Amino acid sequence: MSLSRRKFLGWIGAAGMTAAAGRKASAATTHHFEGYPESMAVLHDTTFCIGCRRCEGACNTVNELPAPEVPFTDLNVLEKQRRTTSKAYTVVNQKPGNASGPLFVKNQCNHCLEPACASACFVNAFTKTKEGAVVYDASVCVGCRYCMIACPFEIPTYEYDSAFSPRIMKCTMCHPRVLEGKLPGCVESCPTEALIFGKRDDLLNIARQRITRRPNNYVDHIYGEREMGGTSWLYLSGMPFETIGMRMDLGVTPAPELTAGALGAVPMVVGIWPVLLTGIYAMSKRKEKIAAEEKAQALATALADADAQATAKMDAAMEKAKQEKATAIEKAVKEALEAEAKARAEIEAEAEAAAAAPPQEAPDEDDKDD
Amino acid sequence: MSEDTATMGKPTLSPFNIVAGVILLVGGILTILRFTQGLDAVTNLSDYNPWGIWIGFDLLVGVALAAGGFVTSAAVYLFGMKHYHAAVRPAILTGFLGYALVVLALHYDVGRPWRLPYPFIMQRGTTSLLFEVAACVALYLTVLFIEFSPAALEWLGLKRARSIVLKLTILLTIFGVVLSTLHQSSLGALFLIAPSKLHPLWYTPYLPVYFFVTAVIAGLSMVIFESTLSHRFFSHKMDAAHLAEKDTVPLGFGKAAAFVLAGYFIIKVIGISAGNTWHYLATGYGAWYLVEVLGFVALPAFLYAVGVRDKNITLIRWTAAWTVLGIVVNRFNICLVAFNWHLPASERYFPHWMEIGISVFIVTLGIVIYRFIVTRMPVLYEHPDYDAH
Repeated sequence: MSLSRRKFLGWIGAAGMTAAAGRKASAATTHHFEGYPESMAVLHDTTFCIGCRRCEGACNTVNELPAPEVPFTDLNVLEKQRRTTSKAYTVVNQKPGNASGPLFVKNQCNHCLEPACASACFVNAFTKTKEGAVVYDASVCVGCRYCMIACPFEIPTYEYDSAFSPRIMKCTMCHPRVLEGKLPGCVESCPTEALIFGKRDDLLNIARQRITRRPNNYVDHIYGEREMGGTSWLYLSGMPFETIGMRMDLGVTPAPELTAGALGAVPMVVGIWPVLLTGIYAMSKRKEKIAAEEKAQALATALADADAQATAKMDAAMEKAKQEKATAIEKAVKEALEAEAKARAEIEAEAEAAAAAPPQEAPDEDDKDD
Repeated sequence: MSEDTATMGKPTLSPFNIVAGVILLVGGILTILRFTQGLDAVTNLSDYNPWGIWIGFDLLVGVALAAGGFVTSAAVYLFGMKHYHAAVRPAILTGFLGYALVVLALHYDVGRPWRLPYPFIMQRGTTSLLFEVAACVALYLTVLFIEFSPAALEWLGLKRARSIVLKLTILLTIFGVVLSTLHQSSLGALFLIAPSKLHPLWYTPYLPVYFFVTAVIAGLSMVIFESTLSHRFFSHKMDAAHLAEKDTVPLGFGKAAAFVLAGYFIIKVIGISAGNTWHYLATGYGAWYLVEVLGFVALPAFLYAVGVRDKNITLIRWTAAWTVLGIVVNRFNICLVAFNWHLPASERYFPHWMEIGISVFIVTLGIVIYRFIVTRMPVLYEHPDYDAH
């Protein structure tokens, strides 16, 4: 995950992002989203938390969640590490802490400035409101649970026991109450001011002042100021955040940027792949055409060769036949001439025989044999 | 399954029919349980583990193994490898069935399956990789349906409709490759949003590339694997062209798979180098990673190459089966084994037997439908009334 590679993915994505995701083209620009101006947040100063679980009780009441198995006054459950469930939007966990006693930390949706759940949802069921809350609309939710995969804080939960209307369940930062001008249920019920509700910018200032004024009481870090691009819940701690169960290895990259490169590649593939594939098709088609042409040409040449050969052969045969014919004629003529000569000779001989004595016949016969 | 019960018109109690029947019956009961009692009744899914084997196997493995359709049709129609033409229809059919079953399986997995069209008709979450997957799978399923339709149309004797579809072949093939590139890679890109949950050896910005390349490997290997099974069980349905491909397909596709696997091995090493995650190789997860990369990538690349060089069809076929298993291992690793690696063992996921039951049910359904189709429609043979297109 080096910076240069992300930049590279950003470049790939840059051209396509406007088409694919419109306004979310943050990966390829220097733009940095600081959250909605004047948006509200909660500061959880864990050094003040006494683990009374009143926030859990208030949350249960205002959100009309089912009654818990053990009452909220039972503090024994604190020792067991719990997580949010579909019946509890928030839980308080006890951590070993130091010599001065155990520590407590409240866990709920952190309401990211650029939420992973909202980025991951394929029906836009999540909205980051300008007031600060990340709210969920069950009326469009398909129940794919990709938001639960995406959330780095492992907050969204699911009503697995519901066959017909399961919902994602998570803290709403009491968005309806905030719109009415009320405090979130947990903040209102907190007896120690471990939870303060206010504008995010003001709360960051308060947190910094607390760290500056009492540096021995606090770790010099405001959790949520930059984690995953920043969250609307901010935390202060007297112990390293890892020891109170909060991950410090999440990084500061907002979740949408993690997938921006891959999303940006989509229009590029759609645009260039058909060109490439058509080109390959054209090339293989052309190869076939050329091969066919060459084949036809080779065939024609072969045929022509064969023709020529056949003609030559025919000519030779004709010539031979002609010659044979000529020879035959010559022979016939010769024979005819010879026969004539012989006949003439015989006639002459007969005439001579008639004129001279018979013993002269024998030498005449010898001459003819020669 | 020696005898062909379907064409004989009356079912017989062959071992295949009995086993398939029992699985379908149990699957039917589990289906009723799932849709009346909810996910909790049949799965081990939890708030920490929202995705189980219905995503890890049915979706991720299913889509990868159905890649044979786009790989084969691209090879034959676009790259001009016409001598594998007879392999196209079986590959398109298994691709279509694969995707159809993936969509069926998703109905079990999502909480409100009747809302599956919502991303298209209600609100489009275009910032989500899952939206891209959904859009591409929906479109590609349609493309595969049209690509396969000539076989069904020949069976039904609808000549004019068939000739219209055939004119679209090249367009559909290009569309299919584009869509496959997008959603195969996007399935890997789904996990880009969770760097804090996926083990660093498996988490890399190259995940989309890895998923696409392994899909090509899976497609090539599945064509060999399926042709092996088809030649064994459906050879009586094949014409001369298909019977002749018994050896040429494993040799050609095996050679291609050897090359792609070798390339994949190289980009895996590049991924480890770029992320500089070498030190994790010395851990338990590292050992398992090495099993995946050496045992299921490097080894089959080598075996495919040897098999092709020696024209050893048996070796190529076993390697194809091993590679398919390797795809399962890879997808399980990313979705289940290396995912949530930071959680204590007590919070990790292991599938409920009923989840496995549903997955087996869906695979069986696919085999039964495949058998129904190849014993009726011209898939493994050319229809006598039509020329090869």
